[in-house]
Amino acid sequence: MLELKDITKAVGGATHIHPTSLVLERGSLNVLLGPTLSGKTTLMRLMAGLDKPTTGSVWFDGKDVTGLRVQDRSVAMVYQQFINYPALTVYENIASPMRVKGADTAAIDRAVKKAAELLKLTPYLDRTPLNLSGGQQQRTALARAIVKNASLVLLDEPLANLDYKLREELREELPKIFSESGAIFVYATTEPSEALLLGGNTATLSEGRITQFGRTIDVYRRPSDLLTARTFADPPLNTIALEKRGDGFAIGGKPVLPVPGHLKHMADGPMTIAFHPHHLAPAGRDDSAALTVRTAISEIAGSESFVHVEFEGNRWVMLTPGILDIEPDSEITVHVDTRHLMAFDAAGRAIGTAG
Amino acid sequence: MNAQAKTRNLSWIVPTLYILFLLLPIYWLVNMSFKTNTEITATFTLIPQAPTLRNYQVIFTDPAWYSGYINSIIYVVLNTVISVTAALPAAYAFSRYRFLGDKHLFFWLLTNRMAPPAVFALPFFQLYSAFGLIDTHIAVAIAHCLFNVPLAVWILEGFMSGVPKEIDETAYIDGYSFPKFFVKIFMPLIASGIGVAAFFCFMFSWVELLIARTLTTTDAKPIAATMTRTVSASGMDWGVLAAAGVLTIIPGALVIWFVRNYIAKGFALGRV
Repeated sequence: MLELKDITKAVGGATHIHPTSLVLERGSLNVLLGPTLSGKTTLMRLMAGLDKPTTGSVWFDGKDVTGLRVQDRSVAMVYQQFINYPALTVYENIASPMRVKGADTAAIDRAVKKAAELLKLTPYLDRTPLNLSGGQQQRTALARAIVKNASLVLLDEPLANLDYKLREELREELPKIFSESGAIFVYATTEPSEALLLGGNTATLSEGRITQFGRTIDVYRRPSDLLTARTFADPPLNTIALEKRGDGFAIGGKPVLPVPGHLKHMADGPMTIAFHPHHLAPAGRDDSAALTVRTAISEIAGSESFVHVEFEGNRWVMLTPGILDIEPDSEITVHVDTRHLMAFDAAGRAIGTAG
Repeated sequence: MNAQAKTRNLSWIVPTLYILFLLLPIYWLVNMSFKTNTEITATFTLIPQAPTLRNYQVIFTDPAWYSGYINSIIYVVLNTVISVTAALPAAYAFSRYRFLGDKHLFFWLLTNRMAPPAVFALPFFQLYSAFGLIDTHIAVAIAHCLFNVPLAVWILEGFMSGVPKEIDETAYIDGYSFPKFFVKIFMPLIASGIGVAAFFCFMFSWVELLIARTLTTTDAKPIAATMTRTVSASGMDWGVLAAAGVLTIIPGALVIWFVRNYIAKGFALGRV
């Protein structure tokens, strides 16, 4: 069990991590989700012991490990850049943590062969890392992390620099590979979809703060505040300031949307309503919540279309399956799936989310 | 099309002329080293009329000559080892850590390299006399550190900064202690840098004359000093001097072979 107790990190005058507490259970998969510069890497470095927290302490299995040298911890880490020892062969790269520990040659050989098999590196064991493709280099780094058999495995955007197909493949494999070891598995990513695919728990980060931590699906469906909801949305979350009046939401006194069942319990008043881009669709079967919007641009990404629209001064994105060729600067009617509306108060706290 | 072809046909002229001019003095030196003194002073010949190895024989048999080479090699190697050994940790610190005044200190190091050796001749002589180090190899080796350590630090820092910091961290995570990481993982990565730094130290120490001559009298006298003092009772021995010159070029030519692929990066202080 890894515990961060009120840790902060300041470099120079700048605060990189605001007071943060976090408990990660043994054998769990934890995703750190946040945009670049949100503090994911800093937090990982604190967990690994590469950096010392400015204040607060790090506990591992009930022992205070703050300030313990990284060599004396049971940690493995994989970086976004493909980091290997260029002077050593792939075999020696993978064997490195065991060599340092002084394991016997037969055990090393067995572990290296097994890890290489798992990550499809067997044909390349005699090469040096710089003669491999990016994906193979990163798999070498992953194999080294496996061989280490550490109790804390930190992966800092390990797939960000890989091509799409390889990323899909490895993303599926990784949790399986590490779940056997019973290690605490921490995975940093900037992509909400990656967090959802990995499952487990997610901590959303924003500007050096953990905004929410819980089961990934819970954080996604029931964000505790607007910041979390925004972090966990790609394309960006659609928002609009509305006023609840009984059974309807109004803007400037004009009713725009009905209040869905799960939000009926809220008191009347002004609030921010948010929903994901894929909950906006071209009007069709259900026009209980239809809005007339003005289109800006539409982008076609293969099987999906992103349509940027404007409603009452708010810029929204509509993510819809199929190819939708829409004239820019025209008026269309769209449908909001009100079952998935989220409501936040003026301070950004969630007052109503999907059930 | 035609004009281009013409240019290509003539393009060898300029480099050929350039190399010819560069090599002319060296050729003349080699040429002289195989001639007799009479031939050198009396006639003008492009190739030795009566080739002789006497000049080389003199150098390899007369202790006054060959000890100069031995002395030079001893202090140059000593200096190279000291400079690189001192520069490795210094360069690592400059490349990996931020500390108060690091940039100023780093620049100040380079300004040492710019200082004229003549300025240091007097204080060095006085200081080394006080410690009884005059006419020892170590004296010259240490004195040359003044120029070579800064140079080596700059070259090595450039090469080290080209190695991502994450490699250091990965090694620590794998369990390497700092010394073990430095020797087993890091040094192989900057091997070419170490080679180039060593080469530059070697060359500067090898060609430096003023300080080496000031700090030595007989026991550690460098070859360059021997060469410039050889006016014997029988006049100038041109042939032997030329042979000595040829032998002085050889070590440099040999070591340059090993670092030929990295020499440009070395001149850019590892920053390419």
